[in-house]
Amino acid sequence: MAEIKKLKAAKLMKKVMADHFYEIDNAVKAGSPKVAWCTSVGPAELLRAMGFVVYFPENHAAILGASRAATDYIPAANAIGYSPEICSYLTADVGAYLKGFTPLQKIYAGIDSIPKPDVLVYNTNQCRDVKDWFMWYARRWNVPCLGIESYVNVGEVTDTHIKGIAGQFQKLAADIADATGARLDSDKLEETVELSRKCSDLWREVLETAANKPTPLTFFDGTIHMGPAVVMRGTPVANEYYETLLAELKEWVADGVSAVDGEKHRIYWEGMPIWGKLRENAELFLRLKTAVVASTYCNSWIFSALDGKDPWNSMARAYTELFIVRDDAFKEDYFLRMKGLFGYDGIIFHDAKTCPNNSNCRYGLPQRMLEKHGIPFVTIDGDLNDLRCYSEEQAITKIEAFVEQLGDRR
Amino acid sequence: MAGEFYAGIDVGSTTTKVVLIDEDDVLCGRSVVKSGYDFAAAAGVALDAALAMAGVERAAVRRLVSTGYGRRNVPGVDEMRTEIFCHGSGVHHQVKGAVTIVDIGGQDNKVIRLGPAGERESFTMNRKCAAGTGAFIEEIAYRMGLELGVLNGLAEQSENEVSIGSFCTVFSCTEILALVRRGVQPADIVKGVFRSVIKRVLEMDTIAGRVAMTGGVVAHNPIIARMMAEMTGQEVIVPDWPQEIGAYGAALTARRL
Repeated sequence: MAEIKKLKAAKLMKKVMADHFYEIDNAVKAGSPKVAWCTSVGPAELLRAMGFVVYFPENHAAILGASRAATDYIPAANAIGYSPEICSYLTADVGAYLKGFTPLQKIYAGIDSIPKPDVLVYNTNQCRDVKDWFMWYARRWNVPCLGIESYVNVGEVTDTHIKGIAGQFQKLAADIADATGARLDSDKLEETVELSRKCSDLWREVLETAANKPTPLTFFDGTIHMGPAVVMRGTPVANEYYETLLAELKEWVADGVSAVDGEKHRIYWEGMPIWGKLRENAELFLRLKTAVVASTYCNSWIFSALDGKDPWNSMARAYTELFIVRDDAFKEDYFLRMKGLFGYDGIIFHDAKTCPNNSNCRYGLPQRMLEKHGIPFVTIDGDLNDLRCYSEEQAITKIEAFVEQLGDRR
Repeated sequence: MAGEFYAGIDVGSTTTKVVLIDEDDVLCGRSVVKSGYDFAAAAGVALDAALAMAGVERAAVRRLVSTGYGRRNVPGVDEMRTEIFCHGSGVHHQVKGAVTIVDIGGQDNKVIRLGPAGERESFTMNRKCAAGTGAFIEEIAYRMGLELGVLNGLAEQSENEVSIGSFCTVFSCTEILALVRRGVQPADIVKGVFRSVIKRVLEMDTIAGRVAMTGGVVAHNPIIARMMAEMTGQEVIVPDWPQEIGAYGAALTARRL
């Protein structure tokens, strides 16, 4: 059976991620610097510019999923009133906490628990669940929980949107200062936003290497290598990592190294990964000689609007113009742009049971893409973390039949 | 029987079907057995039964293709194909031109659209839920203490069909128990259950043009095809051997390899 090809940079990424978790753990143990929790597309730049080390619980929840621990702990959160129908990142994370478990214990010697923060900071641009998630910990630990209340279903991003969100960012900085005593360093903010923009540009370049035929990178590789873009954007370390990764991918392209040997078909993955089945799905597509070349999910950490010279407005724009915040007309156009860029043959829509905002197959969008643009699709039922919602055999059959169908069209 | 033969084995979640064809695509043998827990053994038993029906030795089988959920568990196959592919092939061989295939299986339903030349245009499968599948009917029959073999005859006798409103198999059972307590006739409940099955299928995709219905549920309950025609206003065809049509498609594939 064909094996997943490993990039050498993965070794460096492991170190970078370990350093990240130890930095936070050391800060908690020493009582300094202060620790903030941040949602994955939340105001990380602001928090760094206020001197916090930043922890991203969605990253922790994804580790719970990838290590297949999530499904064991979700019921504990269900039992205290958090429905099995809501975000399984939330329920897995809260459930694991209630049971005194974190996968970090096994991965990083000496880390015993997730870090208790000085403040929890969210942006509801993804969903309301992140706020509910943080509020649970805020009540538990008596820690302030503050955030940005974002727009939803946005068509064109207008100055009105930007003004509103930029104002919230500025008020948020003042509220965090009042709640924690941390002070904003304006120069640091400009510098951090600029570093974050650089990270975004490098990450975009990494993902766009998949425009090459054959691609050196798949969606499944992307879900692993995106770690630093999520948890360390705004730091030089993240940028150094992506420079290394990009150089290696460019070498692969120059040498004609393909992620999927004998690449026959190219697919776009819309929706969340199924973290507990990442390897199985990667191997399934290898066997089918089909490369999943691009995804909305990995693209979500591209923030091309960030600009160190105009930090407030550019943060407001970057975190509002995200795919997840936008209406279906934008999304339809986005899929077409991605088709132009990556040359994919069809789309797999992952209908994640507990993540409606990342399941873009529930309002007829796939059917419109087929009818208006001739782009074939298949929908698979699953979930990001709750494997009870995933029927593996049915998903395999659907994917195999879809690839067969793509073959018939040629 | 002399000559070379080709076998298709469809290992489904509930039953395993085998079809044997000759060099002219003529069906010579077929069989249906319970899949049970040992798919390889079920495939072997079903193949032996089809060979016996045809009067053909195993050595005369030139190629073998497997399909269905258990397709990877069948030893010695020349190729594996999805049941979506094989149902399309099997139906197209009998029903020429554009057609929408509605397959109601043991644990999943499929709606497959074929174009004028038999090319697959699209397909959908039920969500991760047994509502509307054979398993749903089996569960209801079990709760009502009815043999599966009597359901079609009962539905034919219905005069005051009831409506089953629940999506979920478990909730439907609760709803049916309430109907039983109220003294509703089993015939009327069974026809309501069949109606519910068709409604679940119609939620999967729009049905336009001719329909071909396949699968064990329709093979054993032909009234469902008639009800589908009434509900959609479309011509509904039940091809020969509707339960074995996937295996037939697999056998046709084996011959063309």
